[in-house]
Amino acid sequence: MKLLRCPINGLRPIQEFYYGGEYRPMPDPDASTDAQWADYVFNRDGAPGVRLEWWYHLASGVWFLAEHDTARDVFLRTFLFEELGQG
Amino acid sequence: MSRRLAPQPGEWIDRNRPVTFRFEGRPYSGFAGDTITSALWAAGVRVLGRSFKYHRPRGLYGLDGSDSNAMFETRDVVNIRGDRAPIEEGMDLRAVNTFGGVERDRLRIMNRFGRFTPVGFYYKAFHRPRSLFPFFENQIRRVAGLGTVNSGKALRHTPKDYAFCDVLVIGAGPAGLAAALAAADAGARVLLVDESPRLGGSLTWHGNLDDSRDRLADALRRVEAHQRIQTRTATCVAGLYADGWAALIDRLRLTKLRARAVIVATGVFEQPAVFPHNDLPGVMFAGAAQRLIHHYAVLPAERPVIDTRPEGDSPAAALLKREGINLLAGRFIARARPAGGLAGIRGVELCRVDERGLPRIEQRAEQLACDAVVMSVGWTPNDTLLRMVGTRMEYSAEREQFLPVELPGGVFAAGKVNGLVGLEDRWADGLHAGQAAASALGFGAAPGGSRPAPAGPAINHPYPVSDPDEGKNFVDLDEDLQVKDFRNAIQEGFNSPELLKRYSTVGMGPSQGKHANLMALRVLAKERGEPLAGKQITTARPFSTPVALGHLAGRIFTPYRHTPAHAFHTERGARMMFAGTWLRPEYYEVVGKTREACIQEEALHVRGAVGLIDVGTLGKMELGGPDAVRFLERIYTGRFDNLKVGASRYGVACDESGVVIDDGVVARLGPDRFYVSTTTSGADAIYREWQRWALCWGLKVILNNATAHWGAMNLAGPRARQVLQPLVDISLAAADFPYMGVRECRLDGVPARVLRVGFVGELGYEIHVPAGHALGVWNRLMEAGRAADVRPFGVEAQRLLRLEKGHIIVSQDTDGLTQPFEAGLGWAVKMDKPFFIGQRSLKIHQRRPLKRTLVGFQTDEARPRTMPRENHLIIEGKEMIGRVTSIAYSPTLKRTIGLAYLPPSMTAPDTRFTIRADGGELVPAQVCRIPFYDPAGERQRMTTPEEDAR
Repeated sequence: MKLLRCPINGLRPIQEFYYGGEYRPMPDPDASTDAQWADYVFNRDGAPGVRLEWWYHLASGVWFLAEHDTARDVFLRTFLFEELGQG
Repeated sequence: MSRRLAPQPGEWIDRNRPVTFRFEGRPYSGFAGDTITSALWAAGVRVLGRSFKYHRPRGLYGLDGSDSNAMFETRDVVNIRGDRAPIEEGMDLRAVNTFGGVERDRLRIMNRFGRFTPVGFYYKAFHRPRSLFPFFENQIRRVAGLGTVNSGKALRHTPKDYAFCDVLVIGAGPAGLAAALAAADAGARVLLVDESPRLGGSLTWHGNLDDSRDRLADALRRVEAHQRIQTRTATCVAGLYADGWAALIDRLRLTKLRARAVIVATGVFEQPAVFPHNDLPGVMFAGAAQRLIHHYAVLPAERPVIDTRPEGDSPAAALLKREGINLLAGRFIARARPAGGLAGIRGVELCRVDERGLPRIEQRAEQLACDAVVMSVGWTPNDTLLRMVGTRMEYSAEREQFLPVELPGGVFAAGKVNGLVGLEDRWADGLHAGQAAASALGFGAAPGGSRPAPAGPAINHPYPVSDPDEGKNFVDLDEDLQVKDFRNAIQEGFNSPELLKRYSTVGMGPSQGKHANLMALRVLAKERGEPLAGKQITTARPFSTPVALGHLAGRIFTPYRHTPAHAFHTERGARMMFAGTWLRPEYYEVVGKTREACIQEEALHVRGAVGLIDVGTLGKMELGGPDAVRFLERIYTGRFDNLKVGASRYGVACDESGVVIDDGVVARLGPDRFYVSTTTSGADAIYREWQRWALCWGLKVILNNATAHWGAMNLAGPRARQVLQPLVDISLAAADFPYMGVRECRLDGVPARVLRVGFVGELGYEIHVPAGHALGVWNRLMEAGRAADVRPFGVEAQRLLRLEKGHIIVSQDTDGLTQPFEAGLGWAVKMDKPFFIGQRSLKIHQRRPLKRTLVGFQTDEARPRTMPRENHLIIEGKEMIGRVTSIAYSPTLKRTIGLAYLPPSMTAPDTRFTIRADGGELVPAQVCRIPFYDPAGERQRMTTPEEDAR
């Protein structure tokens, strides 16, 4: 069973977490064509590799982001949403 | 005839403690410390089991539990691995997989049919005609499988426990002992686990024991004395998972272990020589022969030959030679000659080998009479656990074996599993791994110097296979697979390791290919004329060793929630049901009345007098902050910026694809203060997603999931006001507290939030009080309402009442594709708002014709003989054109009403259609306007009699 580091609560067993899908910022609905919008709503990229994911610590209600190497199933980094873009 | 030898130094048996047991009805005896296999072999029993497919006799093979030859059952336990299981006094054993006993197995005739049952036979033979497959399947299942489960056996509890350590060392051979000592010396807490009942691994049976005895004794002394080392023997690490999670199995329990680092020192598995009749009793691994001698003091055979590499200088050979055994050199076994009834072998025919040691079966050599063949042609790393956690193994052509080349973080390998042979190398490798694991955790310094590398001549035969035209030569003994089975499969196109495995079932038996996977790969490489390097063994998955299902079984843990008024419900005879994780009253049982009668009376009482229902399971969210309105505007499809303080409004929430996911009531308690109800089962997910949206949108909003903080009940019916008014410090007059109003007040001194709602279509007050007061308030209402005859009602009555009003229940009358326009919720969707979740998708929907529409209907008969049920289909000709989502007999309307999805062309009132009910019964029905009851909504807006008079 994997462990995941919540930025607030530290290293916890993965069953304490809810996976919230890949982090995909919403495109501007008004500026998107129907096709672009449908692509955002329905299509997901399942290719293995490093990607940014949403995770939620169920017990404490903390959303955060995780850099997940899905090819190796290794979490490279976890951080709060507020730190996005701060490296 | 006993084959027990004179006492051996360090033997594992206690000759002072004889143990008697039975096998196949006959009495036997052994000593404490014997396994089932060693005791039977010592007693001269050679046929221990029958093979899976051909029911060929099988005997002692690996003596380490890694093969499936010696599997037994008692009345209560199946598939006991005889190589590992100690004998117990009074045990009554049978071999598994026989029909009528191991010696006279009626299915032994299967051996003659081998040529008619090649690999893939079952796939091809029994598929046509299709109608007969169930018959064949039944026959095949009766014959296939191992062991018979006694379903009448006594219940046995299998405990689970949890353990933690810094460093888990798997395997207590020289590398494991050294690693454990090094890691513990550096300061780490170490758990050392071995599947054998004693520590020491190969130091207890392999190589020159006179030389290694002192090292073993010294290591064991230090391990035992070390404060930071714990040991677990007779314990198998059956699964290794991410981040140092390990499943430890012993006879009694499953231990879920979390280790910060893992050292795999699991050694090697011996690999078979392949020649005709290489599966019969008497053909065994050199390791098994050595363990028989050193652990159990049992003579492996009277006159064995040893089949080994041309160099022929293995310690095993030397040791067995001492017992008077022939050594083969420059020759290979072309075939074994079976004894009568295939109960063993009586000799071997030899052939010459070429310069690489490969057998040349056409170059016959001498014949030898013997009663056993001791195989010593090579090893493969016991890398199942390593591969399970993602270690990359690569084939080294130079060493003729797989070697780990890349280990995941926190995992270390040591000893033979790294391809090391010499004892000094393995010991040094263990020390290195122990220091490396400890230092990775911050204990001590990183190991100096480099790890020992495999050196000396390769010890593994590249292709120890004699494959003449005649005779069965087995690669996988579990599945009775021969070389030719692989050849056939490869010819049929199953020519990659993964395909070959699926088609032939190699490695799928109890031993999981420990002796077969490498050989299957060798056959594949040879048949394709390709090198082995670059090829991979099939994926390793838990478990590495067969695990009894009992170890995995657990008590079912189903947490559930009670509302604060639960005690009232049970006392009042409520039949409880699950609503999400909550227990709610379905209805209140009345002695002598049917379920349906109880529900209908509850509903009628709400219509005619007053009822009280526990709605404490509703999700309850508190929102605050300057952006709270803006947040709600984006979450819900409706408008809330114009909602007045003290008023509430129905809200529908969609997901980004425009599908309805929740509904509820939004009440404005103050300019920036809202109290919002959500569906019972949606509350946690709604709160979670709201938190995420608040983050994404950067809004200043405070969210509080107050679901459990508040108890809630709905007092509904024409007499509701009369019951409630005396208890509250506010006026309930319609002018003061109109329909859809919300008030904060005191109810019998308790702070309360009261919402005037109309879900069931009558005058109703939804009363929210702090959870700790909820039971008290509930009882107070029941008491104060005695004169008005207030009665509790359950979920079923509420569902009926709301159906009469045509109110939908999200997730009952909607599904995973329902958008609001289909469900008649268009009025609650304000497409002209700047943004709400799902709006963009609904804009696309709006431009397209509807595919279906939710309509009300009634059946032609007031009470159809076969009552249609939820999810019954609406049929036209042979087409499914719709689906019933809700249906019930309404005692108020005296007819059967429901909601259903129909094509938009069929939504006009009086349109006729047919529902296919249970048993294919077709029930005619027609579309009706909704609400069915009180279409103008006068009753829920009800004013008091005095107000009516004004």
